[in-house]
Formats: sequence, C-alpha cells, structure tokens
Amino acid sequence: MTELALKGAPVDRARLLRLLQDYGVYAGVAVLLLVNIALTPHFLSTENFRTQAVQVAPVLIVALGMALAIGSEGVDLSVGSVMALSTSLLSLYLGYGPWVALIVAMLGGAVIGLANGSLIAFIGVQPIVATLALMVAGRGIALVLLPQLKDVRDPGMSSLGSGDLFGIPYLVLIAAALALAVGFTVKRTTFGRQLLAIGDSRPAAQLAGLPVRRVLIVVYVIAGVLAAIAGVLATARLQASDPTSLGTLMELSAITAVVVGGTPLSGGRIRIGGTVAGAVLIQLLTATLIKHDLPPSWTQIAQAVVIVLAVYAARERGKR
Amino acid sequence: MTHTHTERPARATGGGASPGKDIDEAPLGASRAERLSALAQQHGALVTLLLVAIGASIGFDTFLTGDNLENMAVSSAFLAIVALGMTFVIITGGIDLSVGSLFALGGVLGAWGSQYGTLVALLLPLAVCGLIGLVNGLLIAKARLAPFIVTLAAMLAARGILLAITDEGSNTYLVDEKSFFASLGQEKLLGIGVPVWITVALFVVGAVMLRRSRFGQYVYAVGGNEDAAALMGAPVARTKIAVYTLSGLCAGLAGALNAAWLVSGVTILGTGMELEAISAVVIGGTLLTGGFGFISGSLVGVLLLKVIQNVINQIGSLDSAYQQVVSGAFLAVVVIAQTWLGRRRRMM
Amino acid sequence: MLSVTGLTKTFPGARALDGVDFAANPGEVHALIGENGAGKSTLIKVLTGVYQPDAGEIVHDGSPVRFQTPLEAQHAGISTIYQEVNLVPLMSVARNLFLGREPRNRLGLIDFRRMHGEADEALRSLGLRVDVKRPLRTLGVGAQQMVALARAVSVDARVVIMDEPTSSLEPREVRTLFGVIRMLKERDIAVVYVSHRLDELYEVCDKVTVLRDGKLVHTGPIAELDRLRLVSLMLGREMGEVSSEGVTKFTGDHHAGREPVLSARELTVRHTLHQVSVEVRPGEVVGLGGLLGSGRSETAKAIAGALPPDSGKVVVAGSAVRTGSTPAAIRAGISLLPEDRKAEGIVPGLSVRENIALAALPGLSRFGLVDDAKVDRIVDTFMTRLRIKASGPHQKVGELSGGNQQKVLLARWLAMQPKVLLLDEPTRGIDVGAKAEVQGLIDELADEGLGVLLISSDMEELIEGSDRVVVLKDGAVIAELTGDDVTEDRLMHAIAAAPESDAELKTVAPDAAAIVAPVSGPVPVDKTSSGGERDHD
Repeated sequence: MTELALKGAPVDRARLLRLLQDYGVYAGVAVLLLVNIALTPHFLSTENFRTQAVQVAPVLIVALGMALAIGSEGVDLSVGSVMALSTSLLSLYLGYGPWVALIVAMLGGAVIGLANGSLIAFIGVQPIVATLALMVAGRGIALVLLPQLKDVRDPGMSSLGSGDLFGIPYLVLIAAALALAVGFTVKRTTFGRQLLAIGDSRPAAQLAGLPVRRVLIVVYVIAGVLAAIAGVLATARLQASDPTSLGTLMELSAITAVVVGGTPLSGGRIRIGGTVAGAVLIQLLTATLIKHDLPPSWTQIAQAVVIVLAVYAARERGKR
Repeated sequence: MTHTHTERPARATGGGASPGKDIDEAPLGASRAERLSALAQQHGALVTLLLVAIGASIGFDTFLTGDNLENMAVSSAFLAIVALGMTFVIITGGIDLSVGSLFALGGVLGAWGSQYGTLVALLLPLAVCGLIGLVNGLLIAKARLAPFIVTLAAMLAARGILLAITDEGSNTYLVDEKSFFASLGQEKLLGIGVPVWITVALFVVGAVMLRRSRFGQYVYAVGGNEDAAALMGAPVARTKIAVYTLSGLCAGLAGALNAAWLVSGVTILGTGMELEAISAVVIGGTLLTGGFGFISGSLVGVLLLKVIQNVINQIGSLDSAYQQVVSGAFLAVVVIAQTWLGRRRRMM
Repeated sequence: MLSVTGLTKTFPGARALDGVDFAANPGEVHALIGENGAGKSTLIKVLTGVYQPDAGEIVHDGSPVRFQTPLEAQHAGISTIYQEVNLVPLMSVARNLFLGREPRNRLGLIDFRRMHGEADEALRSLGLRVDVKRPLRTLGVGAQQMVALARAVSVDARVVIMDEPTSSLEPREVRTLFGVIRMLKERDIAVVYVSHRLDELYEVCDKVTVLRDGKLVHTGPIAELDRLRLVSLMLGREMGEVSSEGVTKFTGDHHAGREPVLSARELTVRHTLHQVSVEVRPGEVVGLGGLLGSGRSETAKAIAGALPPDSGKVVVAGSAVRTGSTPAAIRAGISLLPEDRKAEGIVPGLSVRENIALAALPGLSRFGLVDDAKVDRIVDTFMTRLRIKASGPHQKVGELSGGNQQKVLLARWLAMQPKVLLLDEPTRGIDVGAKAEVQGLIDELADEGLGVLLISSDMEELIEGSDRVVVLKDGAVIAELTGDDVTEDRLMHAIAAAPESDAELKTVAPDAAAIVAPVSGPVPVDKTSSGGERDHD
C-alpha cells in the first residue's frame, strides 16, 4: 500500500517535469508573446517582428551547431571565436568577391572545427577543454588577421544583411533553411542516427560498430561552419567586421538556447524545434526587458536564472 | 565417448608472452618514462619561462630593466591571485568560468566601498564574490549541475550585477588616491609593489594549504577519484563548495586590489580573464581532469603568459592579439601532452 | 563479531536478499560465494552501509546497529576492499593510506615525516616494501590492493570484507595477499572473503556461506564440503540429477558443418585470458562454461574486437580478422550480444526501430539518407519474426521489458546477416516466456547455419542449448565437452577439478620461480624513481 502510494507521486512529478522540459519552451515563448502584445506598445508591428527575427538569426545558426555538439555529449565553446575569425577572413578576402570571401570564411570555421574534432575524437581530450583552447587561440588569430574594426562596404554583403525576399529578410530565410537542414540531418540521415546513438550510449555505439570518431569530427566541423556562417551574416547586418567583440558570449547564448529548448546536456537527444524556440525565447526576453526600459543588466541576470533552471529541470529528468 | 578434461596449465607460463615477465618489466620501463614525463610536467613551464626570459633580455635592452620587471610583476599579481583560486577548483576536477566577471565586480565594489574606508573596500568585494562562489559550489556539489554551465551562468549574473550597480556601466567609481586602500595598490615596499607582496603571501598560504593541510588532501582526493574519496570518508560536497567559494574570494580580492592599483573601479575589465587564468593553471602543469597540480606551477604559468605578452609588446610591430594565439597554442599543446601521458598511464 | 539474521532486501522487481543469516567471527576467514544475482554484493552493501535492509537485524559487537553510510560502517571497524581498487591513483601511497587522518603537528599542518614513517611501517608489516612517496598508480595492481588492505587494517578494522580481491592479481601477488589474510586471522580480525576461485577458497577460508537467488543455501566449515558439492550448491543443481528433455526450449543437436566458421586461436589478454582457443562450425552452438570471472565474457569480447588481445588470432570463414576493432569484426560477420544489455547493448533513448537499424544503417541508406522503406521492411520483418512486443516501432527501447530489449538487440545483429553470433547471457534477467522464445530462436538460427557461441550462467540452458561446451577457468580453457559428455555432471566435475597446474606453477615451472616470491618478499622498487612527490611548492 505505502509502496504504491510512494510510487504514485514521483511518477507524476517526473511526467510533469518531462512535459515542462518538452513543451516548457514553447509555453514560455507563447507567454512572452502574449505579455508583449498586451503590454508593449507597437509590439505587433511588422517592423518589430522583422527586427527581432533578424537579431535572433545568428544566435540560432550557432545554436544549431551547438545542438549537434551537445547531442553527442559534448559542447563547443569556440563558436564565438569562430564568428570572429570568420568576420576577419571575410573582410580580408572581400576583395576577391563576396563568394570567395564567404567560402574562405566557412573554410576557416571548418578548420577550427576539424581541430576541435580531432582533439576530441583522436586524442581523447574532453570537449570543454579542447574547444576552450581553440576559443582562446581562435579569437587571437582573428585579431592577428584583422586588428581592429573595419567597415565592410560591399553591395553584395549589404544586400545580404538588409535585403529581403517577399518581405522576409535574407538572414531569417537562411537561418530557417539551415534549421530545416540540420533538423533533417538529425532525423533522416545515417549520420544523425549515429550521432544520437553515440551521445546516448557511447559503449553501445562502439560495440555496434559505429564510426564514432568520424561522426564526432563531422559534428564539430559542422558546428564550426555554422558558426562561421553566423559570423558572416552578423557582419553583413552590421556592415562592419569587428573581431574584438563579435561573438563574445555567443557560446553562452547558444548553449542556453539549446538547453532551454529541451536538449539534455547528457546527450542522445536533439530538439531542433526546441532550439529554435529557445533562441526566440531568449531574444524575446531581452527585447521585453529592453522595451520596458529595464536595463541590460537585468537581461543578463534573467538569462543566468533561465539557464540554471533549464539545466536543473534537465537534471531531474536524467536522474529518473 | 570423447576427450573430456583436456587439461592445460591454468596459467600457462610457456610461450613468448610470459605474463610474469611482462609485469616485472613494465613498471620499471614505465617508471623511467614516468619520471621524464613528470619532470616535463613539473618544470616544463619553468624552463620555457627561463628560456623566453633569457631570449627577451638578449633581444631587448628594455626587457631587463627595473621598471619593466616591476611593471610585469604588478600586472601579473592580479591574474596570479585569480589563478590561485582557479588551481584549487581545477584540481578538484572542476572549472570556474565566473572569475573574470567576479574580478570586475570585485573592483567596482572595492572602489565604491573605498569611500567608507579600507575595511569596507576589502570586505565588501570579498563578501559578495565569496557568496557568488558559494552559490556556484552549492549548485555544483549539492544539485550536481555541470560546473561549466553553473559558472557560465554566474559569469553572466555577476556581470549583470556589476552593470546594475554602475548605472549600466556608465558610472566609474574612483578611489581617493590618498586613502590607505589606494596605497595597497600603489605603494612600494623595498622597491616592489604592495600587490606583489600580497600575491606572494597568498601563494605561500595557498601552497601550504594545498600541500600541508587536510583540506588540501581532500582537494586532491576529490579530483583524483571522487567515488573513492567518498568511500574513504572525505567530505566531497564540502570540499567542492569550499573551492568554488575560495575561487570567488580570490577573484574578488584580485579585483579590489586591481581597483586600488588603478584607483578606480573600471567596469569593462575581466572579460576573457577566466581563460587566461585557466590557461596559466594548465600551462603550469595542473591536470584539467583533476587530481594533480601545484600552486607554484600556476604562478609560473601566469609569469610565462605575462612575459610573452611583454615580449609581444616590445616587438611593437606585432599586435597584442598574438598573445592570445600563443597562449591558445600553449594550452592546446599542454592539453594534448597531458592527455597522451594520461592515456599511457591508463594502459600500464 | 558481526552477524545478521533474517536479512531481507527488495528492489523493484526483485528480492535480492530473502531472510539471510550470516556471521563473521574473529580470527575466521569466511567465504561468501554464489553466482550472479545470488545476493552476495547486496549482502556486502548492506553490511557496509551502502544499502539499508528492509527487514532483519545486524548485530555488531553485541549490539544491534544500522549503518546509514559507508563512513559509519568504517567508523564501527568494518572495512571493505573492493574489486576495483578504490583509492586515488594520482596521490602518493602514504597520502592514500592516511587520507582524512593524517598525523598533524602543533600548527595543524600535516607531519609528512611521521606520515611517511608510519606508512612505511604499516606496509612493511604487510610484507610490502615500496617507496611510500610514489604516486599510487605507479604501483602494480597487486601492490595497490595491498595499500587498500593496509588502509583497511590501519583504521582499527575488526571486520575486513574483501570483494574479489584477487581478480586482477598475479599469482605472486595472490601469495602475498594470502599471507596478509593469515596475519589478519592471527590478529583476531574477522575476514569475509568473496571469490569465484575455488582453489583460493579452499586454501585460505575456514567457513563458507553459499547464497543462491537471494537465499542462504549452505553455511558451514569449508573443509567438510568437497569441491563438487560446493559447485553444485552454487549452481543449484544436484549431482546425478538427470536433466529431462523439454525443460528448456532447445531441441537438441544441430547438423554442424565441417569447416569452422569461427576460429579463435590462443587469445591472450594480460590478467584476463591465457591462450584461449575456441572453434565454432556453421550450424553449431558452442557453449562457454565456467564460473563467474572465468573469462567467458572476456573471450567473447576479445573475439568481437571489443577487448584488444595482446596476442592471438581470430579467423572467420578462413580469413583472419583484425583484432581489437569492433567494426572489423562486424564486417567479418561477428556479432556480439553483450552481457551488460543496458550499458553496452541498447541505446535506451532511441526507438525500437532505430535500435534495430543502428548497426545496419550504412546498408539501409542511399547517399547518407536513411531509406525509410528499407528500414521499415527490416524492422517489420524482425519485429514479427522475433515477436517483439512494443507499442510500436517508435517506442523507446528503454521502456521495453528485458526480454524485448534482448530481442531488439538480436534483431539488430540479425539485420547484419552475421556468420557468427556471440551470445553473452542472452536470457539473463528476462521473464520465463521471453526466455523460452529467445532459446527457441537460438535453435532456429543455428539450424539456419549460423555459428553460435553461447555464454550462460544458467546450467540448463548451457547444457541443453550447446552441442559442445568449452570450459574455462581463471581465463584458460581447461576442458572441452562433446557429444554425450555434455552433461551437467561432467561440467561440474570439470569446473571443480583440482588445480594440478597451479601446484606445478608454484614449484616446477622455471619461469614461474621468478614470479613466486616468498610471502613477505620485497617488491622490487626503483628507489630513485620518486617521481611522485612534488613537494617543491
């Protein structure tokens, strides 16, 4: 009798937590939207939505790569530095045309990702440590290449940054396309399945003969390339290359978006929809606080609280 | 009817691979390599530091001057204090990413508090930063959250608090240049800046604590094998909480002293400092996986980073960004070496 | 000294201990034995405060006690030496020995000179001479075990519990350990000794307690119990009991081909396997017999590439397979159903469908895209054929019952169309119905021409399922049963056989003379290699 009674409670609690983890982020977005619609003047304007969406695009793109890394039971702290590197490379090679510059920037991201992945997969360095080394070195290289802020004056870049298609900014379209692509990769490709299996149970994946090393390297290369793309887009939007500050704290925002979106830090599960919602949630939170004249300090503290709560909720679930 | 009981020696000693022989030879052979690798780990940073310093003094007349050395020593002092706390954290197998923000927060609180006297100027940053460190420790040890994410959140929160008390960073509190607090940063004793003396004293205390106190033994044990430490009766949770609190205290104190040195609480300081501190600790030979490390190494690591920075500045034509490239590369090399050595150890 | 009565401990779904009585007396070495799931480790964990009993009484030193934590048990004088050395490898020997109770001077600082002296003395008294300033990990496993023992004894232990202390020791180190155990006996310390090595039990133990399925089946002086009787008690099989057909789902002999599809030759893994050779022909089920810890699982893992052998060869269908590589073994047609289904087999967060398709994915994809139609076909086929009970192919495997998880794993490997299946405890922990189904499947698969290597602690299953049984003991093949000799009696005789070879090893083998040092013999130490103590702070 007592046993049954005892059993009942934790199961319900676990289910509640699970619901919270799975759908909490969507509920959060909905609540923030409603609050803003009710309280914030001019919130429901196209212009406002456009601004919000354009601002969230780079964070989201970085978060997509981060979701893959976290899904493999890792993390990538170097994404912010990769953005800086990509903006430096972009402005250096813009003379050869925007496409060449874009490809060079993405290659730069791929190389950093390859270095991360090799350290992790072949040498066995913990992901935090490996990506930390490249976080330090990456920004250094970016600053060596381009020591100070430089304006980017290129018609191609400026149309990328501020142009639109049927009223939807290119930035948003690109972010959406990448989200779909990554979501498709996770759900439908061999690589995606193998990645999830590795993140969920490395020993089982190894015994099942999966190419664990190759998959891990590809994960970090993708994360690097996505961060580089985010760097290019951010540069296009700002019309300037600023390797000193571009992408600082980006790793934190990306991790927050992923974790708040219901992807557990323990790996084995990737929620791309949740990650998108997580990025939007943080953007909305910031916007709400700013629009109500609350200072940025509040945003930072709020973000810190949200991230700890999200990790805490995930922990409860992992323990069950 | 068939052949049952095909008896064979249970532990075959014949054949080329005599297990006994293998075992006898392995530890001896390994111990030589062990010794070399241990030497490299302990003194690698020191040797590199000496080589770079010798090279620099030959290359630049300005390097080995009293002013330059004094300058380097004082600017190393603040990072060194942060690295001191970080060393304890890393030896327990954790990491503290909040120290950069706490350093800045400590500076602002110290500068603000200095109007109420030196005691407040020192105690306020210690109390606030220590409290944040304590919260970090509680979340990590009791709620069992990942250290990097907890301290990352703390980094954000501390920066937020800093902005909140400085009117979003627009307000810089100044320290009265004639106050005793300012003299803690500015004065010299026997020709050497007071912050340097304080740092040296803290390192001596830290080293004694780590090597000679029971708490220090627990720090090593928790990082070396947490489960075993718990089974041996070590207070695992308390040790973890203590090291994060200590790290917060160190960062806060370093920030306050830095404010005394600069005679103002500069709000934009400390970004990236956590990376510098971690780099210094790891370059100094402490294992990021925990369980092994030493205080003196961290000091050498800090000095190495600062000397490299100084050299890069001396070259002049080179941008200071090279410093980051070099320390990132150092970090990568050290980590690769550590992992390789660690793997060989596991194999023996 | 320490005794328990009527101890009961229930876990969700299983009663681990059921009214067990046990007593450890001063100056007595008490063997605690039983196969997997017998309840040994649960009993130890209750004694050491890791678990709380549901019912029953623990009496220590004449008064009832209840240990809430391992620390409390330690303070009461109950020390445990775990199978895996539970010390801190990077710290020095002395620091490990004294962690938490270091001698301190008046300033409250650790007095290293005294600590090193006392550490040296403590180890010397156990016959171990090492530089106590060395990091623990530079010592051999045996010496580390000794340090653990020294730590256990030096905290004024009254009861020392040893959980398979010899599983990773060299013969020489085992000698030293036994010397220490005898010393403990003389000091009137109660020793509880858990081991699967019968020879050791008879050599060092006074009493024996046998557990099976959580129940006490025997307790008494070990001298009164012959080996055969002991083995039959452990396995729960009466000698001479004729096994009737039809208890298991196996139908009997298969028609095995001539040429072996799998041939493992002289696989050797340090501490673990010694020149193990096994052959499996197509359509044949070969059993691997032996007690727990005899090297059965390790043999399977070495064949499947999951445990790199130091030497030896694996040949599948005539061509050599690169050892130590799981993908290579899988490509060659070897599939392993691992013993630890939960940790090494299933991927709990993925669905049934994804788990089944996992290993075969590259073959089920085009240009890296998963061909859903193909996957569905395979998943459908196997879910039907193996009668996998799930709410659907999209249910998470972690939510299935043990039997169905096992079938999912079988399906994963069958989808690879393997030549050889290595089954490590395929029916452990799954219910009776599912067990019969899995057994039936094994039969079917062999009939279809697959070579099967079967590991099972279930005697019945092993005997009735196998056409041949290779018997392992201490990591070496000691016997092979074929034809009519595949009976439980024969198997138990083989396992219980006295260790002639061991005696040889001690006295005759010239090579071994160097290995077997006198009990209190010094362990060679490179005095100059004090690489560990970094006191230069």
